[in-house]
Amino acid sequence: MMFFDQILQGIFLGAYYALIACGLSFLFGVMRIINLAHGSIAVLSAFLVLSLAEHFGISPFFALLLAVPVMAAAGFVLQRTILERSLRSGPLTPLLSTFGLAVVLDNSMFQSFGANTRSLAPNIGDLSFAGWSGPGGIEVGQLAVLTLVVAVALLSGLQALLTYTPLGRAIRACAEDPETAELVGIDARHVYAAATAIALVTVAIAGTFLAMRSTFDPYTGPTQLIFAFEAIVIGGTGSLWGTLIGGIVLGVAQNLGSQVSPQGFLIGGHLAFLLVLAARFAFAGRDWRGWFGVRSRAVA
Amino acid sequence: MSLLAVENLSARHGLLQAVSGVSFTAAEGEILALVGANGAGKTTLLRTIAGSHRAAGGRISFEGADLGTMRAHRRVQLGIALVPEGRRLFGAMTVEENLKVAGANGRRGRWTIETVLDAFALLKPLLRRRCGELSGGQQQATAIGRALMTNPRVLLLDEVSLGLSPVAVRTVYDSLQTVIAQGDTTIVLVEQDLSRALRIATRVACMLEGRIVLEGKAADLTRERITEAYFGLRRGEGGMRA
Amino acid sequence: MKGAKDCEGAPAVRRWSPLSIAAIASLVALLALLAFGPAYLGSYLTDRLTTLFIYVIMASMWNALAGYGGLVSVGQQAFFGLGAYLAIRLSYAGVNVYLALVLAPLIVGLFSLPLSSFALRLRGGEFAIGMWVLAELAHLLVNLDGLVQGETGISLIAISAFAPDARRSYNYWLALGMMTLLVVLGFFLLRSRTGAAIQAIRDNEDAAASVGVRVFATKRLIFVLAAAGCAAAGSLMLSTLVSFQPKTYFSVQWTAYMLFMTLVGGLGTFEGPIVGAVLFFLVETMFADTGVWYLIGLGATALIFSLFVPRGIWGTISDRFGIQLMPVGYRLRFRVPSNAGATP
Repeated sequence: MMFFDQILQGIFLGAYYALIACGLSFLFGVMRIINLAHGSIAVLSAFLVLSLAEHFGISPFFALLLAVPVMAAAGFVLQRTILERSLRSGPLTPLLSTFGLAVVLDNSMFQSFGANTRSLAPNIGDLSFAGWSGPGGIEVGQLAVLTLVVAVALLSGLQALLTYTPLGRAIRACAEDPETAELVGIDARHVYAAATAIALVTVAIAGTFLAMRSTFDPYTGPTQLIFAFEAIVIGGTGSLWGTLIGGIVLGVAQNLGSQVSPQGFLIGGHLAFLLVLAARFAFAGRDWRGWFGVRSRAVA
Repeated sequence: MSLLAVENLSARHGLLQAVSGVSFTAAEGEILALVGANGAGKTTLLRTIAGSHRAAGGRISFEGADLGTMRAHRRVQLGIALVPEGRRLFGAMTVEENLKVAGANGRRGRWTIETVLDAFALLKPLLRRRCGELSGGQQQATAIGRALMTNPRVLLLDEVSLGLSPVAVRTVYDSLQTVIAQGDTTIVLVEQDLSRALRIATRVACMLEGRIVLEGKAADLTRERITEAYFGLRRGEGGMRA
Repeated sequence: MKGAKDCEGAPAVRRWSPLSIAAIASLVALLALLAFGPAYLGSYLTDRLTTLFIYVIMASMWNALAGYGGLVSVGQQAFFGLGAYLAIRLSYAGVNVYLALVLAPLIVGLFSLPLSSFALRLRGGEFAIGMWVLAELAHLLVNLDGLVQGETGISLIAISAFAPDARRSYNYWLALGMMTLLVVLGFFLLRSRTGAAIQAIRDNEDAAASVGVRVFATKRLIFVLAAAGCAAAGSLMLSTLVSFQPKTYFSVQWTAYMLFMTLVGGLGTFEGPIVGAVLFFLVETMFADTGVWYLIGLGATALIFSLFVPRGIWGTISDRFGIQLMPVGYRLRFRVPSNAGATP
């Protein structure tokens, strides 16, 4: 039963990982950029939502609603200022510039908010610990279920956006061939900016859930980035399901690892990641832009 | 006044001078065929007019206004559309999606999915197929249809017969005739197949090593003269204009 | 048409220029001067210069990976930490402490060889974060070692056996020696055929492969060198700090420093990382006690340089004025034919 419980908790943890991973995956699929500031932006969102919730005395969910347009605008600015220039400079530049950005963000948050760990758990009342009891003493948290629901909804929503809307088509066109996209009248810069805005909205949501399910501090960003990245690599190709499955495998591996030793939580996750990579090298040819149906020749 | 005017245009490909001092005009409704050997600069010329490639010198005017460094998508809004060499379809997207995405971002006009399907009947059963799975002829039809969806006033076609079977080429050209029959689209057509080009065009220009070496009405030029210009024979006489 | 006399117009290939000869001569003189450092520099300066030498090593190694190999690694702290950790382990196993400090990077270099077969299959961002994951894993595994006592850490007790002045001098010489060795190694490497291969890969990997450059083998060489070099920096840092806390040595902060030094100095140039290291050293000396503002400044500068000054300070100067101090490239000299100007 303990084993089953660990798996179940791993699935719920995985839902959170899918949340934090989908923005990173989306941005990579559209622009082929790995945003090393991804985790830091999630933490920034968490601070933003926390500040709004405390300042206006509102629930974090309402604060999130307020934060969404702010983060969308931030995404627009991020793309137009940093990412666009980085794309033009060369393949290394996005990594260098986003890493620099991460350093700036993390330390600025430390400067502004101090070293204390924070959490949104106190602001959501019962939700943080309420749950349902199942057979065999299994506890299913309400927040955990909510996270799973939101993750599935978000991933479905993104998939639907890409498949059925004009913006989604434009994004897919730019993801595949930005030059030709311009030849059919699409302004690739605008599309990229919109995509970044969308990605940052998902990051804002993920950051809020991070804050609700656990604690965070100004330097939590890098860890979240690594988890997001591991979830994506484990999930591999495939649309919505890939990121969710990757997150779940990661969550389960971590939970199982924690049974072995306190360090086992993290070690379990990293090992699962490395194993999947090794398997990928053995069966060459997978890529992780499957959302957009694009097969790029992957390294193996 | 001509619709499209190119004056003394130059363009580079890295360090190589691909287009040198090219000038020509295209009036409304004209069909200009651009012929020349591989590497003559035809593709670069079309791409520069479309805005995909930066000009190194000279000027491109549309309806009298200098296009300057206007980006490609803005030129599409003005009415210049390019069907690129190699089709460059969005392979992961369906035929319908390729058409839709151009239709949503181009100009309003006569061309809609329905009218495009009328002109390219072979696409009718293929709407839901991913473009990566289509045959060469089907892809070409989609690519031209996609450009038409932006309702261009100037349609630039780069080697539409490339890599297609003779049957497929005929189908494509039959559809093009339908497009031409509408009367008001100016077409600049790069074509390796001289006889096809001569049959469809009202004017012909021949490029060699980045320059236009022969230009004139299709009816006035013989195959012989064009072939000479194409291969750069009779160079001593320099560029000839008819 | 001229005949055999055309040979006079053929270009001559030179590797040295007067400027580079002067530069090398000055460097050798400087090194000789530095070698006697502990004799005339006070204790403070000796310590500081030791740190500078470590920074030069770190910057050069990161530049080798990113600037020449095209591999951005956000995980070199893995080797930095492993170098220090192995030194501790060896010392506690009874090895002479300074020998341990030298052996550790060598062992790490050896270990990185099989690792490279795995890591080098990743490209771009995947490699960047993949290395970071490896660093995190290394950190966690080191924590498991009972000797290290988790995050509490442990000290390199054996080095305390030396009197402070002696220790300071030995550290200084070790650092100077390792830095010189690595820089000279890098210099001769770049001048060699492998160096031409490396620079070809830097400029255009596919083109390099198409002319027969063995891309994978070359990258592996760079990877191993960078691993050993960062491990050397780690063990040297241990010799100055004496205490080893995993959290400090495996921190991603070191990558931030390496990134700053290389970007500001000049990515992909030989002299750049040295310039960057000196600059970073000065900035650190002046501003380190301003707390996080210093780090924000570092990050912002790296960001700005990556976008607007991609060639770094040295790269921009070198491009502008065509200066190359270190003769790692080739220079073409065209000799004008003696009968130029004569009309046929």
